[in-house]
Amino acid sequence: MTAWEFTAVVWVLSVAAGFLGALTGLGGGVVVVPALSLALGVNIKYAIGASLVSVIATSSGAAAAYVREGYSNIRIGMFLEIATTLGAIVGALLAGRIGTHALAIIFGLVLIQAAYHSFKGAPGDGLPAESDALARRLRFGSSYPIDGKRQPYGVRNVRTGLGLMFGAGALSGLLGIGSGAVKVIAMDRAMRIPFKVSTTTSNFMIGVTAAASAGIYLSRGFIDPRIAMPVMLGVLCGALLGAKVLVHAPVRTLRAVFAIVILALALEMIVNGIMGRV
Amino acid sequence: MNDRRLESIIGRLLQTGVLLAAAVVISGGALYLIQHHSDRVDYRAFAPGSQDLRTLPGIVRSAAQFHSEGLIQIGLLLLIATPVARVAMAIAGFALERDRLYTFVSLIVLLILAFSLMHAT
Repeated sequence: MTAWEFTAVVWVLSVAAGFLGALTGLGGGVVVVPALSLALGVNIKYAIGASLVSVIATSSGAAAAYVREGYSNIRIGMFLEIATTLGAIVGALLAGRIGTHALAIIFGLVLIQAAYHSFKGAPGDGLPAESDALARRLRFGSSYPIDGKRQPYGVRNVRTGLGLMFGAGALSGLLGIGSGAVKVIAMDRAMRIPFKVSTTTSNFMIGVTAAASAGIYLSRGFIDPRIAMPVMLGVLCGALLGAKVLVHAPVRTLRAVFAIVILALALEMIVNGIMGRV
Repeated sequence: MNDRRLESIIGRLLQTGVLLAAAVVISGGALYLIQHHSDRVDYRAFAPGSQDLRTLPGIVRSAAQFHSEGLIQIGLLLLIATPVARVAMAIAGFALERDRLYTFVSLIVLLILAFSLMHAT
C-alpha cells in the first residue's frame, strides 16, 4: 500500500469512527483500533496511539458543537472525572497482578446485559426525576433543550454513580479500553440522567481521561504522525457530523445505535479474553 | 456570569483550538503527502521512532525546520491541549460564578491531569 492510499483509507474509516463516537459518547476508539489493527495490519501499539488521538478529537470536536446547544453538564462531568481518574490509577497499579482474561470475559457479559437494557430504554425515560438530597447539595440538576424548550432534570443515586465511575476507570486501566461505555451506562441507568445529557457529558469526560495518558503514549512512540494525521482529520469531520445529527435524532434511535456499538464492544472483549489477547 | 454563558464561552474557545490544531495537521499532512505519496508503507512492526517526534523539544525543533512529521505532531499536541484548556477555563468560570465547590473540584481534575502529563515526560 502506498502512503497516499493508506492515508485515504484511514481517513474514510476515521470519519465513521468519529461519527459513531460522537453519537454514542464512547469516543472513536471502538472503531479505530480494530479497523487499523485487524483490517490494515497496523501494529497494535500504533493502533492504540491513534485511538487515543481519535478519542480526544471526538471529544473536543463534538464538544464545540454540543456545548453551544447546552447538553453536557460540566458539574457532573468534573465531579465524576475525579472518581474515574482515581479508578484508572488503581487499575494501572493492579495491572499484571490479577488475571485479565477472565475479567475481559465477565466485562463482555456485563456489557451484553447493558446493551439489552439500553435498547429497552431506561425506567424513567421522558419523566423528569427529582434530584435526591446529595445531588441537590452538589447542584447536579440542570436543564437541556428538547423541542426548542429547556427541560429541567434531576439526578439520583450519586454514590452508585461514583462507584461505577471508579470501576470504569479501573477497568480502562486494567483492560486498556476506553471507559466511555461504563460512563454512559452509569449516568443513564444509575443516576437517571437524560440519555443525550449522559452521552454528551461522557464525551466531555473521555477527552480529559485520554489527555491524561497522552504524555505516556507520546514519549513511548505510540503516536506516529503518519498514522495519526488521517485519523485526527477524519475523526474531527465525523464528530462534527455526529454532533449535528445527535441534536435532532430521537432518543430511541440513539439508544439503538448505542446498544449495537456496545454489543460489538462486548463480543470483541469476550473474543479477546478467550484468545488471551488482553 | 452563569452556567449557560460560561459554556458558550468555553465552546467558542474550544472550537478555535480544534480548528487551529486541524489547520496545523492539514499543513503538515499535505507536506508529507507531497513528499511521500508513492512511498510503500508497512506498519506491522513497532519501532519507537526518533526522539524528535517523542519529546516536546524534539517536536518543536523538527517543526521549526518544516519537517512534515514534526508539524503534524505540533498539531496533535495542540489537540491534546484542548481538554486541558477546557478544564482550566472551567476553573476560571466557576471562580467567576463564586462557586467554591466546583472551582475546587475542577482544580483537582487539572492537578491530576498536570501530574500525569508531567510524570510521562
